[in-house]
Amino acid sequence: MSGTFVGMPAFPTAARAALGDTQLRSNLAHATHTIRDKRAAVVAEVEEWEELRLAGAGVKEAALRDLATHLETLEASLTRAGATVHWARDAAEACAIVAQVAHSHGVDEVVKVKSMATGEIGLNEALEAEGIAAWETDLAELIVQLGEDLPSHILVPAIHRNRAEVREIFLRRMGDVGRPAPADLTDEPAVLAGAAREHLREKFLRAKVAVSGANFAVADTGTLVVVESEGNGRMCLTLPEVLVSVVGIEKVVATWGDLDPMLRLLPRSSTGERMNPYTSTWSGVTPGDGPQEVHVVLLDNGRTRALADDVGRQALRCIRCSACLNVCPVYERVGGHAYGSVYPGPIGAILNPLLNGVSDEQTASLPYASSLCGACFEVCPVRIDIPSVLVDQRAQVVDSHRGDRIPKAEAVAMKAAAWTFSDARRLGLAERASGLAGRVMGRFSRTTLPGGRTAAGRLPGPAAGWTGARDLPAPPKESFREWWARTDGGTHDDQDESGTTKGGGS
Amino acid sequence: MRVALQVTCVNDAMFPDTGKAVVRLLRRLGVDVEFPAAQTCCAQPMVNTGYFDEAVPVVRNFVDAFAGYDAVVTPSGSCAGSVRHQHALVAERSGDAALKTAVAETAPKTYELTEFIVDVLGVTDVGAYFPHRVTYHPTCHSLRMLGVGDRPQRLLEAVRGIQLVDLPQAEECCGFGGTFALKNADTSVAMGADKARHVRDTGAEVLVAGDNSCLMHIGGMLSRQRAGVRVMHLAEILASTEGTEAEPGGPAVGERAESAKKGGRG
Repeated sequence: MSGTFVGMPAFPTAARAALGDTQLRSNLAHATHTIRDKRAAVVAEVEEWEELRLAGAGVKEAALRDLATHLETLEASLTRAGATVHWARDAAEACAIVAQVAHSHGVDEVVKVKSMATGEIGLNEALEAEGIAAWETDLAELIVQLGEDLPSHILVPAIHRNRAEVREIFLRRMGDVGRPAPADLTDEPAVLAGAAREHLREKFLRAKVAVSGANFAVADTGTLVVVESEGNGRMCLTLPEVLVSVVGIEKVVATWGDLDPMLRLLPRSSTGERMNPYTSTWSGVTPGDGPQEVHVVLLDNGRTRALADDVGRQALRCIRCSACLNVCPVYERVGGHAYGSVYPGPIGAILNPLLNGVSDEQTASLPYASSLCGACFEVCPVRIDIPSVLVDQRAQVVDSHRGDRIPKAEAVAMKAAAWTFSDARRLGLAERASGLAGRVMGRFSRTTLPGGRTAAGRLPGPAAGWTGARDLPAPPKESFREWWARTDGGTHDDQDESGTTKGGGS
Repeated sequence: MRVALQVTCVNDAMFPDTGKAVVRLLRRLGVDVEFPAAQTCCAQPMVNTGYFDEAVPVVRNFVDAFAGYDAVVTPSGSCAGSVRHQHALVAERSGDAALKTAVAETAPKTYELTEFIVDVLGVTDVGAYFPHRVTYHPTCHSLRMLGVGDRPQRLLEAVRGIQLVDLPQAEECCGFGGTFALKNADTSVAMGADKARHVRDTGAEVLVAGDNSCLMHIGGMLSRQRAGVRVMHLAEILASTEGTEAEPGGPAVGERAESAKKGGRG
């Protein structure tokens, strides 16, 4: 009942389609700037923010350095507290475990807390195939699910929708799967939230099995933590008799005390709140209180692959806050769907290749979906150096093609550039050729750039990607090195040979 | 102090006037700057596109060309960032211990122009004169990779006659991004269009920045939009003095080249 990312085209193609959607551009620009400004304001309040980032990165780094030990401690603590621990190597194993738990209780529906891990493994589709309906209870996830849509943001999966679209989806679809929206529904946010609350309430009260993820898993106490804003999570975590939590193995932290920096970093980075409204923690089963059967599925699904990557493993520190999405100039313009994954934006551009490898064209296009502006690294609460990982991932893409029988045009061009740039004499000759080309271009050009230089006109081949929307100055008649040689570094006879003004001007 | 100019391949081939401006400026400040002719490129285009093996001989050429100098000055935040942050990665990849040692020597003595003027020379008033309305775009690599901070603004504020106006959302990327501008041309242009709009909103005659590659992108959009705003490298404004200042005027955008040659400043 929802869409699928399977078969998405490579990023540049998907981005071109998204850029043409003016409604999407406007929704995204408004939403990302709003969250971005909120985050900036609450982060500025914390004087020791940089120390806090270091502490947060340190907690996760320490946990990852000795991951196997912490996971075994977590398993032992959870088991001691009455939970059943399952290990899942991949999506199929994890989905089968959840389905088996649901089947063992004879249910045909589960309620869900918002969870990236279950989105990653395609749990809803897998349960649907088993005849089990998985009801999303987070407001934005509900909008995506009812709209038979795909998530486009980690925190706000329906960020690409505006309130008028949400109203239309609620009116059209709620009645098909439960309590319909009131006929007089308006697009006031409070009214829309009220309709969702009424719709979801019957599902909360009826469901016997709930499925969640976890933001953190504390090894020494065997505690899972869910951080949320709406209270739907608290409903799912306390009302049903059975709770299954799918937890990526990188969510583990060593001690209860390690939550301190994490719970301070996450809400400010994520929703731009000083503190999130609901933080739920539970350690196994508490007799007479909450779910009496608790399962935890510890999920690999590519995480050990990422852990083996020297440069990329820092991405496993990610706490899914979305701050990098909200500041990313690429994400802001193309939205999340173009990344072809539940993990979009800068973190998605490194996480998907790390989890899945770069052998398919779509995933291999993701490390290039960035101008390397560095805004993501600047806001990351756990200091993931996303630009450096992107560059390293690009090298992995290039290296994976080094054995190709027919090299890509880009590889040929880079080899030629490397040859030219390895020797100044070769570069000098290339510049003389470009200077001659510049004279020819100047003769045919019809455009003059402000400042007096002529433009190169529209160029063919790969350069058309530039000149389709941007003028390009024609190469000067004389390169800098020719000028330096001719005038002995400008010490004599600085008569203008470059076709521009003596006083300067480019 | 022996100071070398790393003019950058983009400036060498496309924007020689920026190199000339750096030479005039540094000489005015008492620095006898040299131009090692063996220099080519910092290897950033290869590194950022993922061609590490291809970057190795280019980095080797770089460290050879600049060996023995006390400081290497470059009018590009991006190239300085590449030297300081990426050369070590390339050397590591090469497995060549001598290259690693050489990179460890050249990388820390490589300065972006405004760092060199403010930190090494200790100057903020370079004696420039530029009586025009100017807005400054902080390029991403100078801002976030190098952390040049407010050095460019301090240098610009000391220029006589200048009217410096704030650029809205100045710290947002312009969308150039090297090969990103070609590989993801549509997204790059969408980002550039917003940057160009903010520039036009300032009413500035001149957009200034410390990287000609970003300016080539934004300027290319402004020109295509016939916005009438000229882009200039920071060095050219700082090199301008009374009587010899660079002119931001020039012919109107889109005017036929022939008439520009006749009536303009050809």
